[in-house]
Amino acid sequence: MKAPTRYVDDSVKGFITWSIIWGTIAVVVGILISLQLAWPQLNVAPYLTYGRLRPIHTNAGIFGWGIGSFIAMFFYITQRLTKTPLWSPKLARVTLWIFNVAIASAAVTLAMGINRTKEYAELEWPLAIIVAIIWVLFSINVFMTILKRKEEQMYISLWYIMAALVGVTVLYVVNNLGMPLHLFKSYSAFAGTNDANVQWWYGHNAVAMVLTLPPLAIFYYFLPKITNNPIYSHRMGIIAFWSLIFMYLWTGAHHLLWTPVPDWIQTVAMAFSIMLIAPSWGAVMNGYLTMNGQWEKMKSNYLVKFMIVGITFYGLQTLQGPMQAVRSFSAFIHYTDWVPGHVHMGTMGWVSMVLFGATYYVSTTLSGTEVYSVKLANAHFWLVLVGQLIYSITMWIAGVQQGSMLLATNSDGTLHYSFMETMIAIFPYYKIRAVSGFIYFAGLVLFIYNIYKTFQKGADAPAVKA
Amino acid sequence: MLEKNPVIFIILAFVVIMIGTTITMIAPFKWINSDSDKIAEVKPYTPLQQEGRDLYMREGCNNCHSQTVRTLAADVERYGYGGTYSKSGEFIYDRPHLWGSRRTGPDLARIGLKYPDPRGAWHRKHMENPRSVVPASNMPAYAFLNKPLDTTYSERKMKLLKFPYTPADLDDLNGKTEMDALIAYMRKLGTDIPVKKSEVPVSAATARSNPFTDLKAVEEEAESLYKQHCASCHGGEREGTLGPALKGSARSESDLFKIISQGVEANGMPAFGTLLDEQKVWKLITYIKLDTK
Repeated sequence: MKAPTRYVDDSVKGFITWSIIWGTIAVVVGILISLQLAWPQLNVAPYLTYGRLRPIHTNAGIFGWGIGSFIAMFFYITQRLTKTPLWSPKLARVTLWIFNVAIASAAVTLAMGINRTKEYAELEWPLAIIVAIIWVLFSINVFMTILKRKEEQMYISLWYIMAALVGVTVLYVVNNLGMPLHLFKSYSAFAGTNDANVQWWYGHNAVAMVLTLPPLAIFYYFLPKITNNPIYSHRMGIIAFWSLIFMYLWTGAHHLLWTPVPDWIQTVAMAFSIMLIAPSWGAVMNGYLTMNGQWEKMKSNYLVKFMIVGITFYGLQTLQGPMQAVRSFSAFIHYTDWVPGHVHMGTMGWVSMVLFGATYYVSTTLSGTEVYSVKLANAHFWLVLVGQLIYSITMWIAGVQQGSMLLATNSDGTLHYSFMETMIAIFPYYKIRAVSGFIYFAGLVLFIYNIYKTFQKGADAPAVKA
Repeated sequence: MLEKNPVIFIILAFVVIMIGTTITMIAPFKWINSDSDKIAEVKPYTPLQQEGRDLYMREGCNNCHSQTVRTLAADVERYGYGGTYSKSGEFIYDRPHLWGSRRTGPDLARIGLKYPDPRGAWHRKHMENPRSVVPASNMPAYAFLNKPLDTTYSERKMKLLKFPYTPADLDDLNGKTEMDALIAYMRKLGTDIPVKKSEVPVSAATARSNPFTDLKAVEEEAESLYKQHCASCHGGEREGTLGPALKGSARSESDLFKIISQGVEANGMPAFGTLLDEQKVWKLITYIKLDTK
């Protein structure tokens, strides 16, 4: 009998722990800024004003919670799919340290007003370099593990992982190019319309390379694990993969419809955005068809719930996204609250749901025990689902309402509503949104408690492991 | 083979990613900001304006304010302030662009056309306490910007950005506050390119007298026009705040018509001739003079 491969999972645990901490901070700051929009007196100048806090919210969410947990999951999945221990556990530990220092420094510098203003690339150049280094160290570790693998075949999850490694590197480096003035200030290497075009090539593909490929890799790995059934079609996964990474890069300018960016770039972006429905739904259908014959698990297995509701939100997200990328619809809802409603369905509905499920699964494997409480996990599921739905739906209504008011004109072509009239109309929705944040946060607290108790349970019963 | 060779796979994935990137992101560098994009009237920022722009970035104003007037009629009407939609050539000195993605506050691409006041009185009052001029505003207060401007890097910024500057421009920074710099930037936004004048010929209009002698008939519309365009400076009850009181104004109707249409730049009174047609100006005058009728 062959000795089983010994996987190295201390960094997996470390990244899970810290990504949850940063994710919680993202949610808390999110609640604070949602309250500030309804009650501006809550702005505490200068450090805790909306303008400085909003980038902290997005950076803690994307880089702290998102990338942090993707690193954890990629370390975990890669070892199992290659049947090979992590190439360098020491490097992984170093990566975790730099990661935490970087995210903490990001929060502090952003509160101080040190930022580049480019969305999701706000960090000033020294920190941006450190973020790039973290990504490269992590990529090397994963890639070397794949190179030295004992399992010859590379499962589809590894494809998604490797494409993300390459894609994120290219995007992040290009959009962060700049001319440093001093340690805390730089100016973009690109000017005006060029800078806008580069920014949204980055901005939208960060959605592809950070918030689509990694959760898909995780989904493709964990759904079969959880259900004990293979994925419906490996071939469909592969076709969807290549078309996805081909089409995404053309679509950035759908964030810039009706602006001075050349019309043809906008039109191409619009067309490719529509085409993206196909590969996106390829993944959704792969998930659904895997469930054929075992749909009763939606009731009996709490992990299936997280995964399938997650992929459903991915499906809705990738229908709504292309719709917003069409000029006429964009004219209506762009710059309104519709867009945060859309984004939060993706981040809280799709990405976080899949990550919650994966984190429960990994926590039980690593602690060698069952989850502390299925009941709490179910309560967590419902609270985050309801919180997110209230958030998104109120913001869609607010967006449609404000959008139609902003465009309304009188018969002589003058505007029917002043800007403030449109704001006054949507303030009630801001209050409902703030409430939804508290509901979501309550779910998050149950999640953290459950994960903590699961690890504690595993540590208390070491004999079970053998 | 791809299922088994990660090196080839990574190269192939890179190539696939670079196709769309090359066509829609790299290739456009050939056209965007080229000579055909340039607009002769558009000037780079002065040291004070650039300092203001950096403060705009520091405070994250871009999180709530966009800076592009789209080609949509309603956008031009709402945010053009008499000017047109945004042109690519207007942004060639912007590093980075500050177009934004959400309008929790109004677009600022042409805000300089809305408040031409050289003292920036409206901006100052608004930034110190937004709710003192816009009662329902949810903007944070920025009174803390009333502190001396740090000019340590001002000259180096001009050199790095390759903007021309004179010793007088640098002297202009002396004694300025952060608020002054931000207002200087606000006042520059969108004002470089010429505005197509379509205002009512004042002499012809004032030759005709005010057709709206009965306030009752126009009160509702006139009051909403007043609230939208006048109240933030002349007060909700025409009692005067930043601008003079209008209650019981002794000015003649034709004088008022001239002031509203053409503005009084030295006093900071904007010209509304491009925003309001002749009928609306008359209605406003009827409303302003309601207690002298």
